[in-house]
Amino acid sequence: MHEMSIALAVVGQVEEAAEAGGAAGVDSVTLQVGELAGVVPESLQFCFALACEGTLLHGAALRTEQVPGRARCVPCARQWPTGMPPQLSCERCGGAATELLSGRELQILTVHWAESRQHEPVVKEP
Amino acid sequence: MCRVVDLQQAVLAKNDQCARRLRTELGALGTAVVNLLSSPGSGKTALLEAELALAKERSVPVAALTADLATENDARRLARSGAPVKQVLTDGLCHLEAHMLGAHLEGWLPEDTRLLFVENVGNLVCPASYDLGETLRVALAAVTEGEDKPLKYPTAFGLAHLVVVTKHDLARAVGFDEAAFLAGVRQVNPGVEVVFTSARDGEGAGVLLDRALAAREGGTVHQPVMARQLATERAAYGYDQEHDHAHDHGHAHDHDHGHEHAHAHEHPHEHAHAHGADAHQPAGHEHVHHRDGAAAR
Repeated sequence: MHEMSIALAVVGQVEEAAEAGGAAGVDSVTLQVGELAGVVPESLQFCFALACEGTLLHGAALRTEQVPGRARCVPCARQWPTGMPPQLSCERCGGAATELLSGRELQILTVHWAESRQHEPVVKEP
Repeated sequence: MCRVVDLQQAVLAKNDQCARRLRTELGALGTAVVNLLSSPGSGKTALLEAELALAKERSVPVAALTADLATENDARRLARSGAPVKQVLTDGLCHLEAHMLGAHLEGWLPEDTRLLFVENVGNLVCPASYDLGETLRVALAAVTEGEDKPLKYPTAFGLAHLVVVTKHDLARAVGFDEAAFLAGVRQVNPGVEVVFTSARDGEGAGVLLDRALAAREGGTVHQPVMARQLATERAAYGYDQEHDHAHDHGHAHDHDHGHEHAHAHEHPHEHAHAHGADAHQPAGHEHVHHRDGAAAR
């Protein structure tokens, strides 16, 4: 159950961005979660709500976009959905030269700020 | 009314950055980290006891850090080898993160250490997501756990540089289907080496040590398919193209990744403080372990 650690990482990064951009609050955060990322979206929802409490993200919604796993065999150029558990060796040629095209995403895509300010977010100096 | 900003930040970017830095810093000192992942009771500690003893025989300076939710039993066992050993109590946290490991190494890890074995929390789910700055990641499974373990925990086995089967002497007694196990490993991590070991009868003794030393010397380490995903390929599939807010809004953080992540140590997650029980007593541990080790059985 590392979804709480994941949720805390999301909240931390969004807070930093909000600070840099002068945002007063957060409406929603959209996350991309790959099929093979090892994260359970339902569990993440639960943890996210807890992690947001007492922060700028209080009350923010978490939207997750799930990305299916896809793989490609380099020698035979065949592509297939990996499924879960993933099939990562080529079933046609038996080869191990597979490329994973998608499925490992665990990424913050967009953040909707609750209140608009006039200026664009600025690059934060350390 | 509401503004949208494309962050496009990996959720684990800070951990990954911290892990990269740890790998570089330790590499400069000549130390390589071996991250051991398995379920509880798979025989990580028994295997490690044997490998540490072998390292001692061969005069290879090694150290071990073992993480558990509670008890110092594993550190006591490992300390019998004479190698520097540190127990980390996670107080319930199910995995180690790179900044936690970094903090635990500070002021403890002897400078001449060539290999640092990190016995992660017994758990095949959570630790798999966290790079600890290791040079070699090893997933272990005992024959008693059943041959379908790699398929049940594809992230742990799919991201391993080396797979170690333990308690192989019990294979016949428990009806372990070796072919099915190897097929499962091949499905989630084609090309990875599988080593069979038995701490009881010595099968495979020293292989882990050899592989770890080879990796430390810059030898080729297996690259798992699951670790091979390319961002450009992803974009080509249109998964990133649905988000076209970019023209309206600045990429607030696209330009300062380097700065932010370079300071990962200064922004630890809150839970790290709460769970880093070992941090309260960093100095006394080695003594405790040696004393207990001498008294034990």
